[in-house]
Parts: sequence; structure tokens; C-alpha cells
Amino acid sequence: MKILVCISHVPDTTSRISFLDNNTRFDTAGVQFIIGPYDDYALARAVELKETMGASVTVINVGLAETEPTIRKALAIGADDAIRVNAEPVDSFFVATQIAEQAKGYDLILMGRESIDFNGGVVHAMVGEMLGIPSLSPVMKLDIDGTNVKMAQEIEGGKEMVEAKLPLVAGCQEPIAEWKIPNMRGIMGARTKPLKVVEPKSVDKLAVLKKFELPAPKGAVKMISADNVAELVTLLKTEAKVL
Amino acid sequence: MTSLVFLESADGKIKKTSFEAVCYARGMGGTVVAIALGSVNPSELESAGKYGATKVLHAVDVKLDHPVIQVFASVLIQAMQQEGADNLILANSSLGTPVAAKVAVKLGASFASNVVELPNTSSGFIVKRSIYTGKAFSFVELTAPKKVIAIKKNAAELKEMGGTATVATFAPTLNDADFNTKILSTEKASAEISLPEANIVVSGGRGLKGPENWGILEALAKTLHAATGCSKPVSDMGWRPHHEHVGQTGVKVAPQLYIAIGISGAIQHLAGVNSSKCIVVINKDADAPFFKAADYGIVGDAFDVVPKLTAALQASK
Repeated sequence: MKILVCISHVPDTTSRISFLDNNTRFDTAGVQFIIGPYDDYALARAVELKETMGASVTVINVGLAETEPTIRKALAIGADDAIRVNAEPVDSFFVATQIAEQAKGYDLILMGRESIDFNGGVVHAMVGEMLGIPSLSPVMKLDIDGTNVKMAQEIEGGKEMVEAKLPLVAGCQEPIAEWKIPNMRGIMGARTKPLKVVEPKSVDKLAVLKKFELPAPKGAVKMISADNVAELVTLLKTEAKVL
Repeated sequence: MTSLVFLESADGKIKKTSFEAVCYARGMGGTVVAIALGSVNPSELESAGKYGATKVLHAVDVKLDHPVIQVFASVLIQAMQQEGADNLILANSSLGTPVAAKVAVKLGASFASNVVELPNTSSGFIVKRSIYTGKAFSFVELTAPKKVIAIKKNAAELKEMGGTATVATFAPTLNDADFNTKILSTEKASAEISLPEANIVVSGGRGLKGPENWGILEALAKTLHAATGCSKPVSDMGWRPHHEHVGQTGVKVAPQLYIAIGISGAIQHLAGVNSSKCIVVINKDADAPFFKAADYGIVGDAFDVVPKLTAALQASK
């Protein structure tokens, strides 16, 4: 079985977000980049499947050369080889097109439910549409029996058990697998695993990023005594007007 | 210009966030046609008129009672074609967003999810999106003639206009091959108020010391007609179900009021709540980082403060 895991290269969840050049460019200063946390779950499940039932795991990232350390980390966690599509991941449609272009021949395409930078949450659905295969998200459990895949999919206020046939695309989230931390052997081995760089397919631009904006700064917190909770009720009604 | 709005339903009821999408579409101008799929109460369908739809299509086939995204995408495309719709508007959700994405790919439409404001059309068509899990916004120009827009929950104001809508049956062609996933079983929580849609959310963290203590939180939630949520450690320890986990890797909420009880406020939790209009933090540790992100704070023991707050709310009704 051939598994393709799509990973995003995103700022660590604790990063302070800021922009440069009149709010047109993300400021990477002091920001640590990681494998998208949801993608990390997808990768962990792929490596588990490889270990339990035999599979090859390829990771793919759409990004410029700066994402290679993140890709190497995925190789250290247990992927066998990697593809980097040499382009800035400008929007979901662009990224999905690049992935679909490389994804032919894979039985299972896994990724996170969304990237934590642009939060589109749709690359899995777009890739499924482009390849004409089922896509599901968010998938919290995934087991394979022959060409049958049984999954638990989260729905609002609950979950459903779903069955579909390979090949398919799944957008993953916890608790599909436990995150894996690369060990020293993995890190050493990752250096020599194949990482293929391909040029992007040209895509019509249907959405153009114009600029960024930070939310208005939060006012200072108003502290209320634990002995006077009635005051909180009054403030929520008359000042915040949320009750 | 005509916009089609997808009305998502659960147990025969249309979701509040779908009515928000109707309001958004009305705000864009032009004609608003809504569509519901599967079994939905007739009175619910008509109520889309109050928010600005002039017509509601209803695809009643029981095969549509269990949503399959491929099928839903195909039905929406057929409805857009029948109505000559330029835009598809819907609420962000685990169902709606992927359906929207498929429609966009099929139609070659511009697509944006997580949209928080009406488009600026003074020069082009620019939407504002929430990105970096609520830490920032982006402005994106949608350049294709057709547009598919998924609205972030609680971002569009729900406002009745007092109009009426005609309800028409819609009979799409359903292609068996599109039923490419089979739903084996569904487990739904009994909670009356859905967490992602709730106007008020009451969340608990490790400060509540154990699942047996959730009663005080539930009593407060009941008084406020609020949904209950929890922090990641609480769901990881199995004190509460995973679908109540609010945060970076859980549910992102955007209620009018978020009350955090015994949650220290790790940045990953804040990422799930930073779109809330008003945040109240109750924590016995005065140095809990959550206070910095709060509008109102009380330093105190949850077991003392929460019942008092519930009583004060009941007294003020």
C-alpha cells in the first residue's frame, strides 16, 4: 500500500503573529516552524499503518526551500521519502492542485483537517474532488481491511462511523494516533532519505491575498471580587451587553 | 445577482448558523434562494424567509438524510444551475466547508472559508477571513465570476427582516456513484445546545478536579442556556467527551460570552476562544495567563464562585 501524507509548514501554536511591509508579509522573525499539528496526527497514523500492515509512506509539502527542515522531521518520524513542490502555498485551491498532480497512484492520502495558518480546512475535499475519490474529514479513527476503510468521523455534537473504499483522502485529527517524536536513529536516517523537488503546475489565480490585519488589542481585564459576583452579572448585562 | 444558501439541518431543524448565512447573503444584495436537503420541518423552511430568502428549495429524498459530501455538492450545483445562481453561501462546518470546496472546484469558482465580514465590493470583491486560528485576519480578492463563501460561525449578525419565502420541492438527479461513503452508525451527544453554535459557552478545566464535579458547571450552563466545553487536558483524561474540547486542536468557538472555569489559559486553548465577544475567567490562581485575555476576571475557588454566580443569575432574571 502506498500512503501519501500532506504536511503543512506552519508557525508553532505558541507563536506571536505579526506582519511586515504594511501588513502584506508574515514576519518570520523569532517564529519556530513545525509540521501542522493535525498533519502530525495524519503522519503518525501513516507510520503506524506502515509498521502494522506494511506500507510505504511519502510526505509531500508545497513550499519553498525553507520548509525542508520540516520535511526532514517528517522523514525522521518514519516517512520513507518526500516530495517538495517548489512554490509558495498561496491558497487552498493552488495547494490542492499541486497535491492532486503528485497523488496519482497512492492508495491513501492523509493530511490534517486544516492547516493552522490559513485555516481553510478544504484541501482534503479539493484533492478528493480533483482525483474523483472519496474524501472525509475530520477523521478520528481509521482502520484498513483489504480495500475497505472504516473511519470515525467527527460531526457536530458527536461522531459517526463511516465506511469507504480505497483510494480515498482523509483529513485527520486527534485521537487518530499519538504524535510521534523522532528518535536519534530516525533523525540520522532522515538525512539521506530521498527528497524530490518538483516545480509547480501553473494554476489560475481565483483568490488573491491582498493584505493581513491583526485584531484590535484587548482592553485591560476588569477584576471582580469573589464576594461580589452579582456585580459581574450587572456588568455582563449593562456594560458588555451579552446577557 | 443570485445567491444560493445551503441550509444545514439536524433532526429536522435548520441550524442557526445557516440562518446567519442567509443574512450574509441578503447583506450582499441581489436575490437569495435557500436550499435544504433531506427531512426538515416545513415551518423551519419557511422561517428562512424571515432572514431574507425569497425562495426555499427542498430536496426531500430520504437518501439525503445522511449527508455524503459528494452527493450534497452535486445537489447544490444542480440547484445553482436551476436558479442561475452566481454565488453559493453557507456556514462553515465539518459538513458545509468540504461540500463548498467541492462545488468551487467543480464550477471553477473562487472560494473562501472562515469569512467574517460582508465583502468589500468598492474595487473588486474582497472578503475578510479569520486566519492563524483567530490570531489574525486576511483580505482576499475573489476574482472568478462565481464565488463560494463559507461564513465563520457567529460572524454574521442574525437579524430578522420579516419577509416570507415560497417553498418549492426540488428533485435533483442523484447519481449512485456519488454515494461513495457509507454511514454505519451515528453517536450523538444528548446536549441540547450545540457547542460550535452556542451564544454562551461555559468551559471547565483541570481546576474542577474531576468529572464528578461538573454538576456546578452544568447548573451554571443551564441557567444561561449555554453549551458546555472543556480544556484539552480534561478531554485527554476522559473527564469529558472529545467533541467538547475547545482549543487549537479542538472546537473553535465564537460565542457572545465565554466563561472559563479552572482553565489556566494555555495559548492553545486561547486559540479556540479568541473570537468570543466577551470572556469571563474564574480561577483561583491570580497569575493564570487566561486573565490577560479576559474581559472580566474573578480570582476565587470555582466551588465557591460558580454556585454563587448561578444563584446571582437566577436572582436577576
